[in-house]
Amino acid sequence: MADYRALYQEVILDHNKKPRNYGTLEQASHHAVGHNPLCGDHISVALDLSRDPESVECINGIAFQGESCAICKASASMMTVAVKGKTRADAETLIQEFLAMATGKLDLDRPNHIGRLAVFAGVRDLPTRVKCAILPWHTLHAAFNSVATASTEAAQDPMHAPIGNA
Amino acid sequence: MNAVLTAFHRRSASAFDVERIRADFPILQLEIDGKPLVYLDNAASSQMPQAVIDRLVRYQTSEHANINRAVHYLSETATSAYEDARRKLQRFIHAREEREVIFTSGTTDAINLVMHGYGRKFIKAGDEIILTTLEHHSNIVPWQMLAEEKGATIRVVPINDAGELLINDYEDLFNERTRFVGLMHVSNALGTVNPVKQMIAFAHARGVPVLVDGAQAVPHLPVDVQDLDCDFYAFSGHKLCGPTGIGVLYGKAALLESMQPFKGGGDMIMSVSFEKTNYNTIPHKFEAGTPAIAAAIGLGAAVDYLSAIGMDAIAEHEGELLDYATEQMKHMTGVRILGTAANKAAVLSFTVDGVHPHDVGTLLNQEGVAVRTGHHCAQPVMQRFKVPATSRASFAFYNSMAEVDALISGIRSVQKVFA
Repeated sequence: MADYRALYQEVILDHNKKPRNYGTLEQASHHAVGHNPLCGDHISVALDLSRDPESVECINGIAFQGESCAICKASASMMTVAVKGKTRADAETLIQEFLAMATGKLDLDRPNHIGRLAVFAGVRDLPTRVKCAILPWHTLHAAFNSVATASTEAAQDPMHAPIGNA
Repeated sequence: MNAVLTAFHRRSASAFDVERIRADFPILQLEIDGKPLVYLDNAASSQMPQAVIDRLVRYQTSEHANINRAVHYLSETATSAYEDARRKLQRFIHAREEREVIFTSGTTDAINLVMHGYGRKFIKAGDEIILTTLEHHSNIVPWQMLAEEKGATIRVVPINDAGELLINDYEDLFNERTRFVGLMHVSNALGTVNPVKQMIAFAHARGVPVLVDGAQAVPHLPVDVQDLDCDFYAFSGHKLCGPTGIGVLYGKAALLESMQPFKGGGDMIMSVSFEKTNYNTIPHKFEAGTPAIAAAIGLGAAVDYLSAIGMDAIAEHEGELLDYATEQMKHMTGVRILGTAANKAAVLSFTVDGVHPHDVGTLLNQEGVAVRTGHHCAQPVMQRFKVPATSRASFAFYNSMAEVDALISGIRSVQKVFA
């Protein structure tokens, strides 16, 4: 069985205590709220998306806020750090890699963009906590598509599966 | 006086041999990640003693067939074991007659039966249904569905900061439109034991029937439905050391007879033609289809097991666990107990400052301690205390003082991680 302590590493505890990019965004172009109905947690993500001269969409600014557990809050905080200044396409790739990692489907030995986010790899052994880690990423995805709300339980959600399979 | 009390407690504690009882539960020998399992999620589901497991094995290996049908040996054996189980449950809750005990799939199913069988027949537009803030979602949602269908209104009894129902407010909710009361006996989220007998008497004086959700009461207290004088009493088998998929609805015979069936099918009929179907008598009218025969028989064995220990002894031991845990937790900096009612049973809901309940749960699990974290299917209670969720330790008679110590030291390590 996994060592759960591995999940509560210094970096996660630090981002939980001092979340980066926490609050509101003055010039938000995109916004979404994500809910985890299992625990009532919610996260809102605001984006300032603009097109550069080559018409590539870039994340100029990002902020989040909400009520959540340490895993969810640290995941959101580190997500904002990771995607700020990135193109939308790069951020979308990172979302897919993060979701794959959290569900144990990403081979971390192969080239990827996960970097420091690898501290969340341990949630794959805690099926009930996977949803906590991925909620911010689903919410970011929803914000890109200007979907009003994201949910880790929504029917169209790729993670909508019995918890044991999540 | 104190010395006498202490001596009494010491004697009663030694009379209750928790280690001998623990040996009856194979699952309690498990280790989680190298640590002995400390199972404190009994309000969600309790564990099963060997006697119940053995009864299930005996049924499946030598008694199983469908009931109420064939004349062969196995069908008669199974029917007789199933009806024996009904009588055991009748005695366990002190129902007047065995036909007042209906086997359901659980508390939720039992409440839905009353909603469909009684509510849809007798509750009309403009009528009012009284529920309490403490209710589990299973005693809220069915009534909301009914209210929406009929144009009825739900009125809600508030609670105070200790998690106790405000009885004056309850009484003030009654008027000439009040038709039904749904009431929890023991709160699953806070442990509050509600004064249901008094509340039932008040409702009856106004001609209003009362359903009691006893899911959290039956495992912890002696329950006498005749003494309570409730009209309906619902509970689940799997919180009572029995299997999942079985529960009981007790109802007064006259009320059950006046109700319409909930589910239609086999077993619940006397005769069927395409012109007219005559329904069976109670309890069969409400047991359409092949029931959970094995589970009902297992539940019968579970109440035999509990009765042999004695519900009074169980309540006393659990009271000692709760007092001991409360006393320690009360003095922990940064830990807040939710639910401080004067009359409580077996549940300790708490929050740890600066730590989300899910993190508390994951870190306690690392110490082998199983607690529930979340809203406990009682979101109105969470809203009342302005928290999204809590951690909940819920005790059973097979828990020990040492397990309370493991819980407390586990909470200390959670605080250390988040210090």
